[in-house]
Amino acid sequence: MWHIALKMLMGDRLKYYGLVAGIAFAALLIAQQASILVGFTRQTGAFIRDTAHADLWLMDPQVRFSQDPVPMRDTVVQLARGVDGVQWAVPLFQGYTRGKMPDGTRFTLIVVGLDDATLMGGPPQMRVGQLSDLRQDRAVLVDAVSSPRKLLMKQGGGRALDIGDRFTVNDNEVHIVASYEGRRSFFWEPVVYATYSRALSLVPPERNQLSFVLIQLAPGADAAAVRAELERRTGLTTLTNEEFIQRTADYIATETGIIINFGMAVALGFLIGMLVAGQTFYNFTLDNLRHYGALKAMGATDGLLTGMVLLQAMVVALLGYGIGVGLGAVSGKLMERAGLAFSMPWIIPACTGAAILLVSAAAALLSLRQVFALEPAVVFKS
Amino acid sequence: MNDAPMAVRVDGLTKRFGEGDAAVMALRGIDLAVVTGELLMLVGPSGCGKTTLISVLAGIMDKTEGRLSVLNVDPTALAVDNRTRWRGAHIGFVFQAFNLMPALTATENVSIPLLIRGVAREEAMRRARATIERVELGNRADALPAQLSGGQQQRVAIARALVHAPQLVVCDEPTSALDHETGHHVMEILHGMTRAERCTLIVVTHDARIFEFADRIARMDDGRIVAVEDGTWRPH
Repeated sequence: MWHIALKMLMGDRLKYYGLVAGIAFAALLIAQQASILVGFTRQTGAFIRDTAHADLWLMDPQVRFSQDPVPMRDTVVQLARGVDGVQWAVPLFQGYTRGKMPDGTRFTLIVVGLDDATLMGGPPQMRVGQLSDLRQDRAVLVDAVSSPRKLLMKQGGGRALDIGDRFTVNDNEVHIVASYEGRRSFFWEPVVYATYSRALSLVPPERNQLSFVLIQLAPGADAAAVRAELERRTGLTTLTNEEFIQRTADYIATETGIIINFGMAVALGFLIGMLVAGQTFYNFTLDNLRHYGALKAMGATDGLLTGMVLLQAMVVALLGYGIGVGLGAVSGKLMERAGLAFSMPWIIPACTGAAILLVSAAAALLSLRQVFALEPAVVFKS
Repeated sequence: MNDAPMAVRVDGLTKRFGEGDAAVMALRGIDLAVVTGELLMLVGPSGCGKTTLISVLAGIMDKTEGRLSVLNVDPTALAVDNRTRWRGAHIGFVFQAFNLMPALTATENVSIPLLIRGVAREEAMRRARATIERVELGNRADALPAQLSGGQQQRVAIARALVHAPQLVVCDEPTSALDHETGHHVMEILHGMTRAERCTLIVVTHDARIFEFADRIARMDDGRIVAVEDGTWRPH
């Protein structure tokens, strides 16, 4: 009877295509909205990923997210270097300040200072020049990806700052000598890299200036033991890259409301998608109720009818899922090119597939209640 | 014919829908006997209980009271799935609205009762084609229902009702959607095939033009059989 079930499903082409399109729309909505949310969440960790040379970040326990450093004493670096299992430890400065472009455009930027000696913590991928170019006089690096938007001279320049341009930070002139491939960030301010000492000279002085200490573990070191010792000696907190990314994402999610609001849109998309998928298949089964009634009169058991309807549901769900998630992935790539947040880790297609299959099966079984309850005598009526 | 074994025997059969003040008695003590191979027509005004009676006889509706024996079984006493299987094995149906699956060809439609009983697809199709030939539709075996006339669709439905060699066929208004000539031809085919296989046939109808095929005609009114008359059919 399985081929009969499939022929029933595909017999009315228009209805069949409508059914698949409904499920595909639901899958697209769920996968795309969830991917945008994940994309936004991932962008909150852009700075950490761009600084991902080290195993651990040592920081004040009150740091809430990656752009919220709490200044520490410089001596912390030396304390960290003295812990067994630490291969190297370097200082990292990060601070907000104001800049002014040659055309007079004022802007807020984040200055990141890298250890003068090693330049550890710099962006992993350069586009133009080398990290060592930072050692030139007044040199800074800019993000090649976001510069066209974030370093646009709006007051008359008509173009974005580029290699060779100069601008001022707190009236200190700096010179763009190289650019790096930055990741898209949730935070708006452009990130400019300099050496640690130059970065300190660019921002207003504070009593403590050190933002983070980047730590590399020695090969074979017991990470948990090293972290415990670092925290004991310094009274500070250590986080891995992933932990720091999670802390940042959690903060953005809970404190700004942006991701919560967007998460509600995702939930709404999920709900609408599920309703569309469920309602579409429910209606399809109801449309065929008379035929199921005839089959039941002719001896088809409830088990056989259940199998037939579930087969129809699974075929439509899988087809619609494939088309919907495929369209979601393609549209996501286009969105990424347009600079929008989009990230589709495997868990999203997996959960979307599970949700679509579950709802289609549930809708099919729900509609089957009418088949079970149907008095076959109904089929005697025209 | 009176010496033939009984296909259907009903004593004091009642069927009530609803409870209390809302209860409706659809059948009010039906007594009926149908012998094997007989063609019985049930006639009467709309709402008199004809369709309810064949629904109970065919095991698709429960009785309220009374004794019932159909092919030596009381189908209402069987568990739901057993009753469904019994129905699939022993009963054929011809519906007023044909109830053919629009996406299936004539042969595929006819093969359904065999497929439900677990017959392999190739064998089911072979037997379905043979039955299609018997209803004189061999040249339309691969047509979809929408490509067939009303009379042809009803002949497909007859083939579907008979393909698994049932012992009892129930028909609900099999000719009401057909013109006189077509209806007569359909009845000739149905009568000929069931008579050849000594299959018992119970036909609910309003169509006096087909009374000539009946062995007996039971007239119903208000849930009762008020008269049973000999039919007018005589062997040619």
